[in-house]
Amino acid sequence: MEYGFTTAAYVVAAVLFILSLGGLSGQESAKRAVWYGIVGMALAVLATLYGPGAGNWLISVAMIVVGGAIGWVVAQRVQMTEMPQLVAAMHSLVGLAAVFIGYNTEFEMARIAGMFASADADGLNALGGFAAKVAAKFATDAHPGELTILRIETFLGVFIGAVTFTGSVIAYGKLAGKVDGKAKKLPGGHVLNAGAALLSLVLLVMYFNGAGTWALAVMTLAAFFIGYHLIMGIGGADMPVVVSMLNSYSGWAAAAIGFSLSNDLLIVVGALVGSSGAILSYIMCKAMNRSFISVILGGFGGTTGPAMEVTGEQIAIDAEGVAAALNDAESVIIIPGYGMAVAQAQQSVSELTRKLRAKGKEVRFAIHPVAGRLPGHMNVLLAEAKVPYDIVLEMDEINEDFPNTDVAIVIGSNDIVNPAAQEDPNSPIAGMPVLECWKAKQVFVSKRGQGTGYSGIENPLFYKDNTRMFYGDAKKSIDALLPLID
Amino acid sequence: MKIGALKEVTADESRVAMTPDSAVQLQKLGHSCVIEAGAGQAAGFSDDSYRKAGVEVLANAKAVMAAADVVVKVRPPLPKEVAGLRANQTLISFFYPAQNKDLLEAAKDKGANVIAMDMVPRISRAQKMDALSSMANIAGYRAVIEAGANFGRFFTGQVTAAGKVPPAKVLVIGAGVAGLAAIGTATSLGAITYAFDVRPEVAEQIESMGAEFVYLDFAENQTDGAATGGYAAPSSPEFRDAQLKKFREMAPDIDIVITTALIPGRDAPKLWLEDMVAMMKPGSVVVDLAAERGGNCDLTVPDQKVVSPNGVTIVGYTDFPSRMAAQSSTLYSTNIRHMLTDLTPKKDGVIDHNMEDDVIRGATVTKEGAITFPPPPPKVAAIAAQKPKEKPKELTPEERRAQETAAFKAQTRQQVTMLAIGGALILLAGLYAPASFMSHFIVFVLSCFVGFQVIWNVSHSLHTPLMAVTNAISSIIILGALMQIGSASWLVVVLAALSVFMAGINIFGGFLVTRRMLAMFQKS
Repeated sequence: MEYGFTTAAYVVAAVLFILSLGGLSGQESAKRAVWYGIVGMALAVLATLYGPGAGNWLISVAMIVVGGAIGWVVAQRVQMTEMPQLVAAMHSLVGLAAVFIGYNTEFEMARIAGMFASADADGLNALGGFAAKVAAKFATDAHPGELTILRIETFLGVFIGAVTFTGSVIAYGKLAGKVDGKAKKLPGGHVLNAGAALLSLVLLVMYFNGAGTWALAVMTLAAFFIGYHLIMGIGGADMPVVVSMLNSYSGWAAAAIGFSLSNDLLIVVGALVGSSGAILSYIMCKAMNRSFISVILGGFGGTTGPAMEVTGEQIAIDAEGVAAALNDAESVIIIPGYGMAVAQAQQSVSELTRKLRAKGKEVRFAIHPVAGRLPGHMNVLLAEAKVPYDIVLEMDEINEDFPNTDVAIVIGSNDIVNPAAQEDPNSPIAGMPVLECWKAKQVFVSKRGQGTGYSGIENPLFYKDNTRMFYGDAKKSIDALLPLID
Repeated sequence: MKIGALKEVTADESRVAMTPDSAVQLQKLGHSCVIEAGAGQAAGFSDDSYRKAGVEVLANAKAVMAAADVVVKVRPPLPKEVAGLRANQTLISFFYPAQNKDLLEAAKDKGANVIAMDMVPRISRAQKMDALSSMANIAGYRAVIEAGANFGRFFTGQVTAAGKVPPAKVLVIGAGVAGLAAIGTATSLGAITYAFDVRPEVAEQIESMGAEFVYLDFAENQTDGAATGGYAAPSSPEFRDAQLKKFREMAPDIDIVITTALIPGRDAPKLWLEDMVAMMKPGSVVVDLAAERGGNCDLTVPDQKVVSPNGVTIVGYTDFPSRMAAQSSTLYSTNIRHMLTDLTPKKDGVIDHNMEDDVIRGATVTKEGAITFPPPPPKVAAIAAQKPKEKPKELTPEERRAQETAAFKAQTRQQVTMLAIGGALILLAGLYAPASFMSHFIVFVLSCFVGFQVIWNVSHSLHTPLMAVTNAISSIIILGALMQIGSASWLVVVLAALSVFMAGINIFGGFLVTRRMLAMFQKS
């Protein structure tokens, strides 16, 4: 049974979703774009409830209300620094939902196959909604490939959904600090992953040939393992790639489910989300000059020789010294990193910016694409602290301005300002585009203490003649600066 | 320990090795300070200001020598001052051990430890105590000021109601610390500044200070300055000829010449010869910062200002830093203070003369009755060896066009290959897959295309909201659950209901959090 009205609503919803994503090209249009998304979603859900999802709609509405209420509360309460965790948690929900829906398809298939076997004509005729659609594929006059394709689709949907689920749960744990952020692998490493993937492939073939629900179940376990192990092996600073990759997966899972349910809207939206996540991952990888594969397989790429010796010493400076330099400076560029998010220093940074700008100094922010744990993480934190977005610039926009800058302040970032990326061909991060803050007349680095960052790579920036180390917790350090700016 | 500063005995020396400010810092290290009465007078620091800073003012040099464990001063000590040292007393001052062998012997015989501020190695860690550099900086600045005082015109070009004034042209020879300081001062006064140095690697520094580097048309592999600790090395006769030829060409146009060329351990090279002075316009000025070592200019008379027959003033003062005693004392005393900080690693007022430390080892010339000069080469190179610079080859227009065409062709080829492979795969799928699948597949492929086109335009700063919103809309998976929830099987209903529940969280959570984030983005 086809519902013309539903299809029409889906078309409108699809257009609205596309507009919604397209609107994110600018801060102002984005505020409108999110409404397109909301309306599109409401339309899609209502049309489905009215049409093909009419059965048991009381339960549906109740579930949406309860789930919506929880979502509402979470969204209101979440701190902006916790965004990465929230996004990862939400991905896991989509993944799990995809697994459930895939299973449902399998159960329905089994049920209908049973009816056909017993030639239960009455039962078949009584089928409504989705079950009827499945039944149509069993009908003798249907294309013989229909069922096979349906099985592949279901299988793929469950597989991607399961990987997304465990992967996101681990990513959530790492981002929330509940799981150790370091890259960890079980003995066997990628062989285990490859083995699990191979097993899934074998199960797919068996499932085709009617092996039944158990194949699906075993595959789900294998996929759960892949998701878990894959993300466990990826360390903290690669999280932006991981999160956007999971985002992409959740989209592909939705698309695969859409195929199995023959629902075009699901396919459209799944493809949109999938490609969005894929592009984000690509941008993040490019910003680290690493291939997607090397990020996913964990660890840094191989080096060809010993790293350049770093000579000199790290010279510390106190708040008075930094304040004096800031008072004298005409132009200041601030480079925030994950350390700022950890110390929750964005409000203090914003206050510092406000004070400096009030004195007529040019203050700008330089954001590296992989700063933080989520694409665009720093932008959101600065926006929360009411830093105007037109002084927050991307790496490509601002890198050329460093030589004309009096003071660059690095707050809690490390690898993204590492000159070794350009100077030392043997450095593990050689070739990664970095913010060239050392070209500024003076650089202050706010850092908790000596030592290397997540990647364990020595940073020659800290030893440069124009660099001064401003040790201490980022928030406390900036707060100490504030009264000294006059 | 007690740190004592002496009054300089050399005539016309106004500097002092301890200021009230540096004394306060020294006391923070756990030391106590004494100073000879009137030591800071010439530099503008009264005895009272020292007393206020907690320094004990002693009547004469003898009292200071007797009281202090560490004696600090500016100029190399006179023989009679060395005679006053005692065993294990430390003296910190300029010393020039290579030129003052007798003094060195005398200090050794006394058993005193001498730290020569002029021997501090040129490594980045030691910059804070590099007194030669801080004095050279002042000399460079003062050289321009002296030149200006003796030059009858403006530095900067002006167009006034009373007529047009051309800008002064300044040539700085030798771009060490003094040369660079002179370049900076001259350019900030508005002069057109040229600079020359035998080390091509400093061209970048010269240009960064706003001067034009004078290139020689000379094809010799010039020595890398890094090999000689950052100082210039003597040049070959051919190079010297090319250099002088260039100077001769420039001489008639130049109003002010500031020479700072020194080669370590040798007399200053003669670079501005008599005939060049003769070519200069009357009223021009030559300031010779190398006068103490014989001068870069033929006509230089040390410590004097002379005027050449054609009216060019040649300034040969050797005491530029002393002429700015307040500034130079401040910097010098800070250099001394940093040296003492390194000598007092525990900040407990106990001197630890650590001969393992590169900087302290390098600067120490006598210790415990032995001469420790010259020091072994420092473990760290002064300047990173220069990397051969590869200049991107300038492409001719034809080459560039050829390159562009090639790139375009490669791109086309790549695109066509991708399309062909993709098309073939889809055709293959179409052969086996049922029609209903293919119709969905078209939707899928097109959506991917739309997605790629749309997402590329998303602003980088909105990537987090993008993730949140894609998260919300990927909950479109709720449609699948809604369709299944009407099933007759209770298991299906339960799973579908759970899915609806989770997707519900996502939809509301995702959109709300996106709205929250977007509302925060504000324009200034």
